[in-house]
Amino acid sequence: MTALLLLEQTLNGLQFGLMLFLMAAGLTLIFGVMGIINLAHGSLYMVGAFAAAAVAGLTGSFLLGLVAALAAAAMMGAIVEITVIRRLYDRDHLDQVLATFALILIFSEGTRWLFGSFPLYLDVPAMLSGAVSIGAFSYPLYRLAIIVMGLVVAAGLFLLIARTRIGIRIRAGESDREMIAALGVDISKLYTIVFALGAALAGFAGALVGAIQSVEVGMGEPVLILAFVVIVIGGIGSIKGAFVGAILVGLTDTLGRFLLPIIFTAFMDPSAATAAGSALASMLIYILMAMVLIFRPTGLYGSA
Amino acid sequence: MKLKSLMAAVCLSALATAGAAEGLKVGMITTLSGGGAGLGIDVRDGFMLAINQSGRDDVEVVIEDDQRKPELAVQAADKLIQAENVDVMTGIIWSNLALAVAPAAVAQGKFYLSPNAGPSQLAGKGCHPNYFNVSWQNDAFNEAAAMWANDNGVEKVFLMAPNYPAGQDMIAGFKRFFEGEVTEEVYTKLGQTDYAAEIAQMRASDADTIYFFLPGGMGISFMKQFAGSGVDKTVMGPAFSFDQGILGAIGEAALGVKNTAHWSKDLDVPGNAEFVSSFQEAYGRLPSLYAAQGYDTALLLLSAMEKADVSDTDAFRAALKEADFQSVRGKFSFGSNNHPVQDILMREVVKEGDVVTNRIVGVAATDHTDAYFGDCNM
Repeated sequence: MTALLLLEQTLNGLQFGLMLFLMAAGLTLIFGVMGIINLAHGSLYMVGAFAAAAVAGLTGSFLLGLVAALAAAAMMGAIVEITVIRRLYDRDHLDQVLATFALILIFSEGTRWLFGSFPLYLDVPAMLSGAVSIGAFSYPLYRLAIIVMGLVVAAGLFLLIARTRIGIRIRAGESDREMIAALGVDISKLYTIVFALGAALAGFAGALVGAIQSVEVGMGEPVLILAFVVIVIGGIGSIKGAFVGAILVGLTDTLGRFLLPIIFTAFMDPSAATAAGSALASMLIYILMAMVLIFRPTGLYGSA
Repeated sequence: MKLKSLMAAVCLSALATAGAAEGLKVGMITTLSGGGAGLGIDVRDGFMLAINQSGRDDVEVVIEDDQRKPELAVQAADKLIQAENVDVMTGIIWSNLALAVAPAAVAQGKFYLSPNAGPSQLAGKGCHPNYFNVSWQNDAFNEAAAMWANDNGVEKVFLMAPNYPAGQDMIAGFKRFFEGEVTEEVYTKLGQTDYAAEIAQMRASDADTIYFFLPGGMGISFMKQFAGSGVDKTVMGPAFSFDQGILGAIGEAALGVKNTAHWSKDLDVPGNAEFVSSFQEAYGRLPSLYAAQGYDTALLLLSAMEKADVSDTDAFRAALKEADFQSVRGKFSFGSNNHPVQDILMREVVKEGDVVTNRIVGVAATDHTDAYFGDCNM
């Protein structure tokens, strides 16, 4: 029983980590290539969830909702890049933080204006609902599907960056943006594409998670904070770092919440152990981040 | 000419005194934007419905948004008290905000009518003659749920709540009356959205019932994930995770869940059916228990206005204490600490046509009063 519980918790950690990866990949790509700190990344996650909920509600098809989430978030990302972000490349990070923070407020109130203050309904598609059982072990099918989709997207992203022309340009843009502009690459078009790609990943994560969480205004900000923790651990600008960091954070958080109270019970009375264990568990990923920064100040895969 | 202006001045001053003598100004601070705005909007709409239905034009309501932030609530309270000079304050949803605003407001001679939050501090040592709670003390729904659990064969319970004062209060309230065994007690992070780790523990636990308090979005997330997990245990909780605004977002995943509340839209008492239909007509949605509380708060205020003038503080306070109004929850009176004495119902989530909603299955506690009135010297 305990081994099964541990296996289930490990899968939970993996699933949480892969969701974080979808968020963190866009964030780190945008920062690495364009040098922009995008606080509004969480809002694009929210846009994805709301678009999925609205379209799935209208058509009854979760798949169409997912497509709508990708399209809406990518489009929103492109619009934001062209109208706002483009003016911030030469400014310092403080101006970028200020402007993208303003975008959070605009997105939140805009969403409330469009959809109202009450959470929206978005359910897991019937095909993926319920749990799968293998012997004594059972696990929600939808969470397994999220793990699979997360891995597929991660693999696709690696191939895109490593094997395609656009990937070459993105990597070139990371190392020297003046030089690739001089080589005749339309840098502003490249930036719009990268931003829209990052936004689409966030919107995709929002739609996937929206089916098992609350689709409401402000849902993006808690995830945004975790995504920042992930890219700091992984090394800013590194997709590989984002992947390793996200899995680390996902496993640490999930297993910490589960194991710490149990460990504390060994030398404390149960109610004190629960309180101390859950308090420490909520700090665990920040402690992990601090440890990583002590030994590798640029993150696991970051370059100085 | 002189006579004319003299006359005008007399008329004006008469008008002014008439306004001061009969009118009443209400300051409402509630959550209208940000997370949890649905609750504040429901309280406001319920309150304004009763005011509009009364046909009185001498009640002025000034509404401020606190965005669920204590510092904004305090600023809004200062503005309402000093600049607007309101007579009565109301509206706050969250316990931590109520603790920041209500004691200061009553200390400055204002009345405060709580349409939602009921922190234990204000029911016990911190009680005040001008503070009236028209909703519930935080522990009440949980105490009633424990009584119902004792009577209905619940033996082993898995408890879960966010790790913050209201969460701990709710669990303490349940444990105060529950006679069975508590197998696990889990406190989660406030605002947590993924409950996979906790659900795995539930699967491994030998409890027969899950009892949880997770207000707002947290409850939506948990219920959706629990429904997909295949864990087969009874689910119970206070009504805050199964309210009308939330059920729409959870959908059928919530069907069959038992939850405690003082009100339900199918409660058969005079005035309730009219309240439900007029609320639906005015706002195009079913009322929630927050809307019912807002409505009752306004009815209480109006009943006191019939009996006394707010400028006569002692008479107005006595009129409020009588609670001489037809509450949409039926029986309603104030205990010695100005907190409600009322029945707590057990409801079940059901589907009516296309709408997921609650229906009453029984009374969990009769004439329930809070556990703190002994500490109140009033």
